[in-house]
Amino acid sequence: MAAEQKQNSIQTRNLNLWYGEFQALKSVSVDVKNGLITALIGPSGCGKTTLLRCFNRINERFPYVRTQGEIVILGKNIYDPDVSLIELRKSVGMVFQRPNPIPISVYENVLFGLRIHHRLGHFKKAYLEEIVEKSLTEVGLWKDLRDRLKVKATTLQLEQQQKLCIARLLPLKPEIILMDEPCSALDVEGTRSIEDLMYKLRGRYTIVIVTHNMAQARRVSDECIFMLLGEKIEHSRTEDLFLKPQNPKTGEYIEGRYG
Amino acid sequence: MPMTNNLDPAQRFTKTEFVVRKERIQSITKVLFAVMAISMIIPLLLIIGYLFYHALPSLSWEFLVEVPKKGMRDGGIWPAFVGTLYLVVISLAIAAPVGVFAAVYLNEYAKDNWFNRIIHLAVINLAGVPSIVHALFGLGAFVYAAEFGYSILSAALTLAIMTLPVIIASTREALASVPMPFREACWNVGASRWQTIRAVVVPNSISGILTGIILQVSRAAGETAPVMFTGAVFYKAVERGELFPYQLNEQCMALSMHLYTVATQVPNVKESIPYATAVVLLCSVLLVNAGAIALRVWLRNHKKW
Repeated sequence: MAAEQKQNSIQTRNLNLWYGEFQALKSVSVDVKNGLITALIGPSGCGKTTLLRCFNRINERFPYVRTQGEIVILGKNIYDPDVSLIELRKSVGMVFQRPNPIPISVYENVLFGLRIHHRLGHFKKAYLEEIVEKSLTEVGLWKDLRDRLKVKATTLQLEQQQKLCIARLLPLKPEIILMDEPCSALDVEGTRSIEDLMYKLRGRYTIVIVTHNMAQARRVSDECIFMLLGEKIEHSRTEDLFLKPQNPKTGEYIEGRYG
Repeated sequence: MPMTNNLDPAQRFTKTEFVVRKERIQSITKVLFAVMAISMIIPLLLIIGYLFYHALPSLSWEFLVEVPKKGMRDGGIWPAFVGTLYLVVISLAIAAPVGVFAAVYLNEYAKDNWFNRIIHLAVINLAGVPSIVHALFGLGAFVYAAEFGYSILSAALTLAIMTLPVIIASTREALASVPMPFREACWNVGASRWQTIRAVVVPNSISGILTGIILQVSRAAGETAPVMFTGAVFYKAVERGELFPYQLNEQCMALSMHLYTVATQVPNVKESIPYATAVVLLCSVLLVNAGAIALRVWLRNHKKW
C-alpha cells in the first residue's frame, strides 16, 4: 500500500457524491499516477468535472452536496479531521474553464497566493521579483509581459490570461494541478500553446485535465479515465484506451457513436 | 519521477501556525459583521417600543376616526389620515405608470447613445435632489405657474415628481435582472419587442417593480416639506369618519404635517397625541410594506402567465 501510494498522487475509493437527490458519482475508484498527465473524458453529465472538483474539496461550498468514500491525496485522506482546506488547496491548484485572473496587475496576480499565505512584509522585494520572473518564465509569458507587469491582468488576451492563471498557482509550489476544460474558451493557437505548456509542466506536477475534446485528450495525456453516468468505465494508458478499448462502451464513445 | 519532497503523508495538509491565525481572524471578522447586521434591529425595536410606550394613553379606534378638537389639543387625526391617503394614492397613480413606462423604454428600447445617457444621468441626479427643493419647485410650477393653487393636486404632483426618479431607477434594476437568454428565446420565435416585454420581461420582473413602487409609499407619506409648501394645511374641518371629505382642488391635512404642528406649533398638547400620530403614520407605512412583501410572495408562487 505504501509503495502504491508513493506512485499515486490521487486515489479514490468507493467515492459517491450526491447533488441533493441526484447521484453524480457512483462508487468511483481511481488511481492517478504521480507526475503524469491524466485526462478525464466522457460525455456531458458523466461526472468528470464533479470528480475533478472533489480533489480539492471545492464542491463543498454548496450545502446540498453530500460526499461519501475516501480520497487520498499524496498519501493523506483529505477527509481526515486535521486536514485544513487552506493547506489542501495550496497543494492542489485548479485552473478553470474561463480564465479568471484577479482584476489586479499581472505582477500582483502571480504573487497573490504567496501574499495570502504569509504575513505582510515576510518577503524581500528582490525575492518577489525573482518569483514573478520564474513563474512567468515557466509558463512562457515572461518574454511577452516583462515590460507590462503593471498592466491589469483582465486586459490580456485570453490565452495569456489562462497562462497567467497557471502561473498564479506556481509560487505556492503545488504538487497537483487540476484543469477543468482549460482550452474551451481559447482559439487554435491558444489551445496549442496551453497544451505545449502542459507538456512542459509534465513530470514536475501531476496534472489532471477534464476535456470534452477527445482529440485533445489523445494529444496531451499519458493516461485516460473514461467515465459514463457517474461511473468509471475504463482507466488505461491513453494509446491503449484509444486503440484497444477494453469496454465496448468506451469503444463506441471514442468512435463517436454517442456523446 | 522528480516529484517533490518526502513529507510524511500524515503531516500533509495540517494546519500551520499561520493558518490557525488566519482562521482566528476569519472567525473574529465573521462575528463582528454578524453583530453589525443584528444590531440593525435594535434601533427599529427601540423606536417602535418608545413610540408605543408614549402613545399608549391615546391609542384607540376613536383616535383614528375622530377629528381634532380644542385646537388640536384633543380628539383624533381622521382628516390628516385621510389626507395622507389621498396624497399617496394620487401621487403614485401618477408616478407609477410614468415611471414604469419610462424605465421600460430606457431598458428595453433605448439604444446606448448620448441622448439616452443624458436621460439616465438626469434620472440619477433628480433622485438626489433634496425634498425641500422639490417643494419649492412644486410651489413654483404647480401652485403658481399651472395655477392649481394650494391644493391636493399640486401636492400630489410634487410628490409624484419626487418619487418618480426612484421608481424609474428601481424598475430599471428589476428589468435588467431578467436574464438576456429569456429575451433571446422570445425574439428567436419572431416576437416583437413589445410582445417580448409583455410575455417575458414584465412577468419576470413584476415583483421587483412592485416593490420599488410600494417602497415609495413610505417616502410619499413621510415627507413634510413638499406637501407643506403646496397643499397641506394646519386645520381643515371634516366630519368624523367621513371617507371622501376633500376635492382635488382643495387643501387637505396630512399626517406628517399634523405631527409637525402638534409637536412644535401648538402649546399644551396632551403629551401622548404626537406619539400616537407618529404610531399611526408608522403603522400605516409598515402595513403597506408588509402588504408589498405578501404580494411579492404571492406573485412568486403564482406565476401563471
